[in-house]
Amino acid sequence: MTKRKTGTARRALAAAALFGAAALGLASTAREAAAQEGVYVPLFTYRTGPFAGSGIPIADGMRDYLTMLNERDGGIGGVKIVLDECETGYDTKKGLECYDAVKGKKPVIVNPWSTGITLPLIPKASVDKIPILSMAYGLSASARGDIFPWVFNPPDTYWDGLGIILRYIGQQEGGIEKLKGKKIGYIYFDGGFGKEPIPLFEQMAKDFGFELKLYPVAPGDMQNQSSQWLSVRRDRPEYMVMYGWGAMNPTAIKEAAKINYPMEKFVSIWWPGEDDIRGTDGAKGFKMINWHGIGTDFPALKDIQKHVVDKGLSKANKDKVGELLYNRGVYNSLLIAEGIAQAQKITGKKMVDGADVRRGLENINLDEARLKELGLAGFTGTLKLTCDNHNGHRSAFIQQWDGAKWVKISDPIEPMADKVKPALDAAAQDYAEKNAGWPKRTEPCDKAS
Amino acid sequence: MFYREAGQYKTSYAADMAVFPIRQDRIGLAVILFTAFVLIPAFGNQFFLSSVMIPTLVFALAAIGLNILTGYTGLISLGTAAFMGVGAYACYKLTTWFPGVNIIVWIIASGFVSAFVGAMFGLPSLRIKGFYLVVATLAAQFFLQWCFGRIPWLVNYNTSGAIEAPERFLFGIPITGANATPESRYLVVLGVVALMTWFASNLVHGRVGRAWMAVRDMDIAAELMGIRLLTTKLLAFAVSSFYCGVSGALMVFLWYGSAEPEVFVINQSFLILFMVIIGGLGSLVGSFMGAALIYMLPIVLRLLPAALGVPIAAATVEHLQFIIVGVLIIVFLIAEPHGLARLWQTGKQKLRIWPFPY
Repeated sequence: MTKRKTGTARRALAAAALFGAAALGLASTAREAAAQEGVYVPLFTYRTGPFAGSGIPIADGMRDYLTMLNERDGGIGGVKIVLDECETGYDTKKGLECYDAVKGKKPVIVNPWSTGITLPLIPKASVDKIPILSMAYGLSASARGDIFPWVFNPPDTYWDGLGIILRYIGQQEGGIEKLKGKKIGYIYFDGGFGKEPIPLFEQMAKDFGFELKLYPVAPGDMQNQSSQWLSVRRDRPEYMVMYGWGAMNPTAIKEAAKINYPMEKFVSIWWPGEDDIRGTDGAKGFKMINWHGIGTDFPALKDIQKHVVDKGLSKANKDKVGELLYNRGVYNSLLIAEGIAQAQKITGKKMVDGADVRRGLENINLDEARLKELGLAGFTGTLKLTCDNHNGHRSAFIQQWDGAKWVKISDPIEPMADKVKPALDAAAQDYAEKNAGWPKRTEPCDKAS
Repeated sequence: MFYREAGQYKTSYAADMAVFPIRQDRIGLAVILFTAFVLIPAFGNQFFLSSVMIPTLVFALAAIGLNILTGYTGLISLGTAAFMGVGAYACYKLTTWFPGVNIIVWIIASGFVSAFVGAMFGLPSLRIKGFYLVVATLAAQFFLQWCFGRIPWLVNYNTSGAIEAPERFLFGIPITGANATPESRYLVVLGVVALMTWFASNLVHGRVGRAWMAVRDMDIAAELMGIRLLTTKLLAFAVSSFYCGVSGALMVFLWYGSAEPEVFVINQSFLILFMVIIGGLGSLVGSFMGAALIYMLPIVLRLLPAALGVPIAAATVEHLQFIIVGVLIIVFLIAEPHGLARLWQTGKQKLRIWPFPY
């Protein structure tokens, strides 16, 4: 062996040894890091990977609202919020790693922002005493607070979303009974989230007499939907319903425009954002569900601009503040902050822990007065959570893309509670039964204050 | 100086053919086992155990499985993740049918289910080789992944489409489910991985392993020497899938706690293939090194800025980590194209003649 090669090999060995030493050293310091004074709120975000397009505005919105509370009010109830972002890349492995990394620092709440990460965390929540806020995603059945005391998914489940969409389509046709004999297409992300509504959708197809056409989009093929839309062109469904996420949304909108599908008959669940649709010719008329305001015309959003964005504390571009998914992040943080505030109110403590925030979340009562007090009057409908109802099943409205921005085009529409409730109860019972030994709720219920 | 076999006399053939003929190696192995079984669970914190050690061990076991097929028998496969999935789903079905039977039994049993499926998909390997076989195993990957997502029977008709690990006990201590402590889960994973590594070591050093390597080096020559290709190749597929299946079951039951079909995607197959290539083809210790490099290094890099007190955003760290890991992989492969295992061997060779190299 030559001298040169020896040198390389030795250097590489030294590097390996160094790396090993670093690994051991770091593992021990990971736990002690960032034990600062305040309520610790980790944010699981994804600013990298195929879902970053949706993940970045949400992350910015969540972060900026809580930062604004820190800057403007010095936190919540006089206690600073210690923020910490953990990058998941929408990957379950990394999400679990994030959870284990933050668990030691006593988080009061976790927001997984991925159904895949939410599912493994659900059984852990009651053991680790850390409530999970999976805002309008995750396991629909976790809306049942009596079975899932530690999991919250307000303001709507995916089944509620489907009920709202069908009710809206019914309105367009002049009555839900007019759906008889119609054809409705369903293009969906072929994973847990997109598949969840199918049994209910099929049930509704039977009840209302419409024909349901399924167009699954495999997770690996989100950006290649030409075959699905070819089938759409052949089948000519009167309406298209979409449950998509990440790169699937812009692709679907582009493909629909390409085959000249009438956009005003294309209704999506609440996940597309402006960036998914902007710049697509022929996307005008596209519709989606939403439950909160867009823009910065609310005092709290103005405060974010004043205290966070203008001071350079935000990672978002100035013009992105107030966009749809940014405000979705703000809504998420509104619930976090309200959960903490209610927890402080109930317990009288300032430094609340996960168990207190769980009680706080069960006592969330965002009525008109409270929203006004928070500077968010008119931002969203009221929301009241109880011990049994961890979701709210709130009404939502339909908005339409006018070529440059979203325009609200409907009044709030109620979900179909009569159809959703049995499915929800059955799913929750089923979950508890299949996970034999699922703990009975022992957490006492607070009287509404 | 310290690491040489001078003065260690072998008095039997068995001693001469031992896997670790040098006493220092045996001491080293004992130290590693002592560290793994006693020191790490005693002193490691929860994060280190459940997010660093358990995943690395699970991936190391899968890498051993793939190494048996690719490194020892020379058959390249891209279906590793799918075979892991078979193990995971089989274990789920078995333990929900017969909840009374110990979960360890089912984890091992699910390996046999995976072995059967693997042998089925190994049949084309008798006629096709190289890139064509890659395509055939790719078909296995896509077909099985499709099954996980489309056959509701596999998930017991759960509406979420995911499998959840129910709570199971070993000696009265929960080892799966939310109540299982990281220590108990780690010890179970370590026990299974250590036992199966020992078994694999005996396998590859014995008659079966020599047959595999003969097939790898030249299958016609092997056939002329009397090695039956059919049984040898299928056995390689079966054993490889057995290892992958057990690792998949460990992954879902003792690490994730629940899994969607998206867990077993092709990216995972590639990840394990990279571990095998970087660790060293045809080396068991290389499988561990590869798993450690590919899985641990990103975690260390992610923690590094926070530990040093450098305020960098999480996303930036993520991007940096991609760059650094990519560069390091290239550096390691340039330094030693035969993987970390060969690097380790070269290092030991150097150590023997240290401090007077000739």
